Amino acid sequence: MTIPKEIPEKWFPIVLPLKRKTRGLKGSPKLKRGAEEERKVKANDREYNEKFQYASNCIMTSKYNIITFLPVNLFEQFQEVANTYFLFLLILQLIPQISSLSWFTTIVPLVLVLSITAVKDATDDYFRHKSDNQVNNRQSQVLINGVLQKEKWMNVRVGDIIKLENNQFVAADLLLLSSSEPHGLCYIETAELDGETNMKVRQSLSVTSELGDPNNLAQFNGEVVCEPPNNKLDRFCGTLYWRDCKYGLNNQNMLLRGCVLRNTESCYGLVIFAGPDTKLMQNSGRTKFKRTSIDRLMNTLVLWIFGFLVCMGVILAVGTAVWEREVGALFQSYLPWDPPVDNFLVSAFLSFWSYVIILNTVVPISLYVSVEVIRLGHSYFINWDRRMFCNRSNTPAEARTTTLNEELGQVEYIFSDKTGTLTQNIMTFNKCSINGHAYGEVIDTPRGQTKKVEPLDFSAWNPLADRDFSFYDHTLLEAVKLGEPAVHEFFRVLCLCHTAMSEEKSEGELVYKAQSPDEGALVTAARNFGFVFRSRTPSTVTVQELGRPVTYTLLAILDFNNIRKRMSVIVRNPEGRIRLYCKGADTVLFERLHPCNQDLMNITSDHLNEYAGDGLRTLALAYRDLSEEQWEEWAERYRGADRAEDCREDRLAAAYEEIEQDMMLLGATAIEDKLQEGVPETIAILTLANIKIWVLTGDKQETAVNIGYSCKMLTDDMTEVFIVNGHTVQSVREELRRARERMMESARSRDGGKEVESQGWGEACSFGNGFGTGDAANWTQPKEKSSAPPTAPPTSILESISGEFALVISGHSLAHALEADMEREFLDTACACKAVICCRVTPLQKALVVELVKRHKKAVTLAIGDGANDVSMIKTAHIGVGISGQEGIQAVLASDYSFSQFRFLQRLLLVHGRWSYLRMCRFLCYFFYKNFAFTMVHFWFGFFCGFSAQTVYDQYFITLYNIVYTSLPVLAMGIFDQDVPEQRSLEYPKLYEPGQLNLLFNKREFFICIAQGIYTSVVLFFVPYGVLSQATQSNGTPLADYQTFAVTTATALVIVVSVQIALDTGYWTAINHFFVWGSLGAYFTILFTMHSSVLFNIFPKQFHFLGSAHNTLSQPVVWLTIALATVICIAPVLAFRFLKLDLKPQLSDTVRYTQLVRQKKRKPGGRAGRGLGGAGSSGGGALGRLGRGGSRRSGYAFAHQEGFGELITSGKNMRLSSLALATFASRHSASWIDTLRKKKHAQNAQNTPPAATGDSSPAPSIAPPLSTSSSLTGPQDTTPEESRQASLDAAPSNGLGDVPLSLMKSPEAESGGCSLGAVQEALFGWRGVGARISGASSPGPPPIAEESSNAV
Amino acid sequence: MMASSYNAKEEDGHHSGASGPGSSTVKSRKPDNTAFKQQRLPAWQPILTAGTVLPAFFVIGLIFIPIGIGLYVTSNNIKEFEIDYTGIDMSSPCFNCSQSFSWNSSVPCKCSLAFSLDQPFESNVFMYYGLSNFYQNHRRYVKSRDDSQLNGDSFSLTNPSKECEPYRTSENKPIAPCGAIANSLFNDTLELFYIDPNGTRTPIPLIKKGIAWWTDKHVKFRNPGGNNSNLTAIFQGTSKPVNWRKPVYELDTDPENNGFINEDFIVWMRTAALPTFRKLYRIIQKKNNMTPTLPRGNYTLEVTYNYPVRSFEGRKRMILSTISWMGGKNPFLGIAYITVGSVCFFLGVVLLIIHHKYGNRNNSSDIPN
Repeated sequence: MTIPKEIPEKWFPIVLPLKRKTRGLKGSPKLKRGAEEERKVKANDREYNEKFQYASNCIMTSKYNIITFLPVNLFEQFQEVANTYFLFLLILQLIPQISSLSWFTTIVPLVLVLSITAVKDATDDYFRHKSDNQVNNRQSQVLINGVLQKEKWMNVRVGDIIKLENNQFVAADLLLLSSSEPHGLCYIETAELDGETNMKVRQSLSVTSELGDPNNLAQFNGEVVCEPPNNKLDRFCGTLYWRDCKYGLNNQNMLLRGCVLRNTESCYGLVIFAGPDTKLMQNSGRTKFKRTSIDRLMNTLVLWIFGFLVCMGVILAVGTAVWEREVGALFQSYLPWDPPVDNFLVSAFLSFWSYVIILNTVVPISLYVSVEVIRLGHSYFINWDRRMFCNRSNTPAEARTTTLNEELGQVEYIFSDKTGTLTQNIMTFNKCSINGHAYGEVIDTPRGQTKKVEPLDFSAWNPLADRDFSFYDHTLLEAVKLGEPAVHEFFRVLCLCHTAMSEEKSEGELVYKAQSPDEGALVTAARNFGFVFRSRTPSTVTVQELGRPVTYTLLAILDFNNIRKRMSVIVRNPEGRIRLYCKGADTVLFERLHPCNQDLMNITSDHLNEYAGDGLRTLALAYRDLSEEQWEEWAERYRGADRAEDCREDRLAAAYEEIEQDMMLLGATAIEDKLQEGVPETIAILTLANIKIWVLTGDKQETAVNIGYSCKMLTDDMTEVFIVNGHTVQSVREELRRARERMMESARSRDGGKEVESQGWGEACSFGNGFGTGDAANWTQPKEKSSAPPTAPPTSILESISGEFALVISGHSLAHALEADMEREFLDTACACKAVICCRVTPLQKALVVELVKRHKKAVTLAIGDGANDVSMIKTAHIGVGISGQEGIQAVLASDYSFSQFRFLQRLLLVHGRWSYLRMCRFLCYFFYKNFAFTMVHFWFGFFCGFSAQTVYDQYFITLYNIVYTSLPVLAMGIFDQDVPEQRSLEYPKLYEPGQLNLLFNKREFFICIAQGIYTSVVLFFVPYGVLSQATQSNGTPLADYQTFAVTTATALVIVVSVQIALDTGYWTAINHFFVWGSLGAYFTILFTMHSSVLFNIFPKQFHFLGSAHNTLSQPVVWLTIALATVICIAPVLAFRFLKLDLKPQLSDTVRYTQLVRQKKRKPGGRAGRGLGGAGSSGGGALGRLGRGGSRRSGYAFAHQEGFGELITSGKNMRLSSLALATFASRHSASWIDTLRKKKHAQNAQNTPPAATGDSSPAPSIAPPLSTSSSLTGPQDTTPEESRQASLDAAPSNGLGDVPLSLMKSPEAESGGCSLGAVQEALFGWRGVGARISGASSPGPPPIAEESSNAV
Repeated sequence: MMASSYNAKEEDGHHSGASGPGSSTVKSRKPDNTAFKQQRLPAWQPILTAGTVLPAFFVIGLIFIPIGIGLYVTSNNIKEFEIDYTGIDMSSPCFNCSQSFSWNSSVPCKCSLAFSLDQPFESNVFMYYGLSNFYQNHRRYVKSRDDSQLNGDSFSLTNPSKECEPYRTSENKPIAPCGAIANSLFNDTLELFYIDPNGTRTPIPLIKKGIAWWTDKHVKFRNPGGNNSNLTAIFQGTSKPVNWRKPVYELDTDPENNGFINEDFIVWMRTAALPTFRKLYRIIQKKNNMTPTLPRGNYTLEVTYNYPVRSFEGRKRMILSTISWMGGKNPFLGIAYITVGSVCFFLGVVLLIIHHKYGNRNNSSDIPN
């Protein structure tokens, strides 16, 4: 039954109190939320905290225990309308005057249904208990009375101080007190919370971080006053009162339950929120219950049927009234009225209810159960599908909800994330062009063969090479070995100009942590070609050049940003030469080249075009030699710009611009953003299935467009790709309007016939636009009046011309386009396009777009994504699909289906979805049919039995008809039926269309089924009536007795519906055979048993049909009657179906027929399939390369956010080990030390941290946190005390803008990340102090720390 | 769907697998490659092609029409005679009797109807009484009986089921047999006389046993007290149904046909499905092969008119009928078979024409894409 599942949501207020009782003494947080306005927690003071009755850390996601299970579960189940209805019927049946059926006809199915559901609930709950127990019994170390004790998680109380060790889960929401790492820093992974896998930094308050060891912590008695429990993951607001001081607390100080401690030896935290109050639990809200459109239709139909039931009841009650008055009153000498009945009206009233009881089977109780069972079966088939199993990640597909399957067959819009969904988020260095020579182009062979070419083996001559890197063109390696200067310089750029970090776990085993995968790919490429980036300090970069360690002094990082589209570093090599290395988008870089590069530029440009044509992401590389004077001069200007308080950004940009001039071009790189396997093919097939695919990505426009091309969403055959990029309402409206005008133009030129209509639309358009120029307030009003009618034709026209256009819209334009007055316009335009790409969108916008389509298009939408930023969209869409096994599991948790490869989507939709839809539709059609055929016989009989609500059948038959005699064959059909084999549905994607158009089960089909059911009931009643009223047995006994009539009709009914299911079943497996024949067998077995003398002798009153079966079924007349009825019922259906098949065959019929005839020609399909294959392979790309490569050239390979340069130069994000390594390396680099000494005079060596060398820069505390972008290596002029103060100031002010834990990856959030850097920078000043403290408290890293201080 | 999206186990996410102690032997979660799980079960996939549907129609037609003709002929060979003796008309001999509406007139009203048979009735002849507009299938009527009591249960004998109301007790004594069905037992007596051409009235022997279902007579209906033949003693303490003239143990003198196992009673208790029905009353056994059971000629039906039906506009009939392998006269079945057979055949022809003219015969080659 669907319903019990959704009860919790629907009956939320009612159920919850009950659940609270089960939740234990502490009660629910929700109860308290009203009361708790702020939370006061005193560390190490359980008695004090007890007063507030905070929830314990024991979580209960289970709903029942052994005692409460039965009452609570029954209570929940009876909140379901259907169950209550049947309960009501049951009560009606207990009234003797009304009871037309024995009570058990209702109670047996009801109990069956309730127990099936109860068993399911119990199993679910059992697993929840199990997982609860597992979590509750996890061990954690709690500081009790100054001693660390092992405690189960559930015994952790608010106010306890617990110790966490590396890789442990955080047990509750903790205030970080101290950590083994310096400065009270600790690293956490928040994948479970927000799905982001990158590590995040948390830091304790400086006052508490000094409380290193348990003894001190045991003395800690600070009191935290903070906000009450809430579900905001990115916010925390509180104050710590300790030793008469106030310290502000924010999210940076919190460790939330669900995080994992990483790279941190251990840390201590104070429990603030426990168990159900934790943010994780507060966020695990009830999932929104999704219903399928079939569900909704079914509910409507059930309501209609109820109406129909009441109508029939009324008709029959009127009949009763008339009959009782005209006949019954006179017949009283034989059949007096029951005592309470004194006139015909009362009798009619009672009769109404009696008929409600016997006709209730038109809405069978088994409907919902059967639907659930079928969906469950379909879900299992999805889980079991080997072709949706990913070997690499060892993940099978999973249907996480079992209620949406058939909607998978009706999807019209797919909203897809890009990164991790379409692409693997793996970048590979594919090709490059160095000094006009293109490398990496393996001789033009079809893609299939390239794979056979062995990749280069780097390990032979380069022990540091990354084994996973593969490159096929050995000429490049030879060029490196030959020592071509340009090639060397090329790789030098790659290994120097980046913001990646390296980690060397053991000698030679380098791991790069790059901000963006592109950068990682480039650095890795350089590594394999002998330019190994080994380590960096804030002011140096150590590189192993062809086996020789070289340390460059990093003078400046000219960081990347969106406008600059390039980044540069200025380094001094050991020889003292200063050089600027730059990489960036070719468009910007080519403008800044020295004029002498013209020839090289042309060649490189050609190469770039080629790469872009292949859908590769490109970057151009260049360098510039700087003289010492140039550098000094510029550094001065730069410092000025950096120090400026107003327009700092602009000034910095200008300064950067100044030096990035007259560069010498080195070449270009091409990186392949690896698509997931089979993405273009999948998209092509889904497009053929008339599913529209929209890509919604947070990525940049260029990247998104690039991917659009490489996955064949955008092709060069397209008439036009509209790019909407406006920043204002006006411009966006203008761009949208222009796009539509262009479409109209092309439509007009193509199809003159539609001139008139399109003219009309054009007018509507311009009319609308007239208002668009006015202010927004004016706009909405007239629009309602005017454009509502004309919008109808335009959509149809727009839809008719679709197929040649694509729309690319950026996030800021989308913000305007999604406003109430423009959304319609936007939607019309977008829907007219074949492909829509929205880039730079926030998670919320993703959801809004989905919502928009959902609302206006009345179409089934599917959202697919892998990251936390897709959660909102996944939840909003009708169906949410999560890609598992990549980023966190947040998307998967929110999804309805999950699998690990985008290409499985085609199977999910075209095979499973299509079948589910087909099966469900066939099931419903048949189900309503069989119940009408069954029930309506009573209606006809009413006219012959004085409308007395006498049933036609034996009551046992009524009881068992739905649950035994007819349930299994239809279930088997609903679960196993196939119209065409799976490979055909992929071969002919058009087979998917009936689902989208909702052709197989709609109101019309429903009425046809009902009509057929009623027709059958007429036949089933009147044929036996005609025959039996006169017939006699061969021994002379009349056949027209009630029991014979009942048996005859029932047998005829069972046979007719069995024949009908046999006709409906298209795929006769052994199971179908077994069920169909088994049902018939069961019917006769049960019939004869029920009518046997054995049962009669035990219960003479209950089994009074004694001998009827034998007496009736031994009569040839009865069998002739049954045969007659069957033929009359089935022949018209057969004829009708044959005609439909013969004259207007559906595609599926044709395919099926073809299959049957075994004509293996399959010409059209085969061609299509091959065509698809071709499109997927490299052959299809040739046209594009020649045609319009230029338009795609801007796909530069930068995917990361700005602000990392400064993080590096500040040294904040460096792990001690890498610093140590750097210092170690630096000892061997005399030149580096020389350089250092040169600069040293300006500094106070004692206070300067080891990494901070170079020119002085303004104190970061002065700079506003959000805009710090200083990239010069900055030593601190300020004293540690000052900077500590700065950190305290900066921390609270950061609270609002800082969203590191948020679910969003919006640009805002990115800037938040940037500000985090600023804080860290501010904290940097007293690193030395922190290092000393950590050295004292923890045995791990101090030697290195000391070493690093010594090095200075 | 679970009430909450949070599952504590999922808090572990995929890390649990990686950090687990035995993670070296990662079990493949690849689904089994069985035909069932991969939905590749071998299956028969029928399709409605002209090759199967059209022959089916012809075959149905060709089977049904002969059967129908056979049935029709058989039915026509059956002789049936029906006479209404309700006495609605003033001219009817039973008019006077029908005027008394009460059950308990002390003097039985008798009337006799003369009729003649045009054709001799060969073999066994079955004599039925028929009632019209009598709602034996009314819900309240149907359930107004106690099968335990009728099965000889001694407890139910004195404690009839509540279903029997209002015919459960009379004068504080339980009614046996209780209920509306038993109470309204048909109690007309019908006798048949053959009038010789020379005027002698020969009573025709009517056999009153063997008219009920075997199971009814031997299993379902039993007298209380087992084989005790003294029914009077057994039914002591019970009351006769209100409308009855005599108690149940005086229905017949034959102990094998008395009490609850009286076959007239059993036949009545097998309620009819429709308001117009007939019930087997007597059997006229065939004497020998030489003479017909009922030769053609004149007959008299002597009716002891006890059963009032005029109050509710009911009718009473007496029916004489012979029987064949398929039972009594039943023209409907034959006609229906002929009709359906013809329609199917005709439909087959029409479909054939349509198929040939408009049918999509080359539908294998035009799969659109």
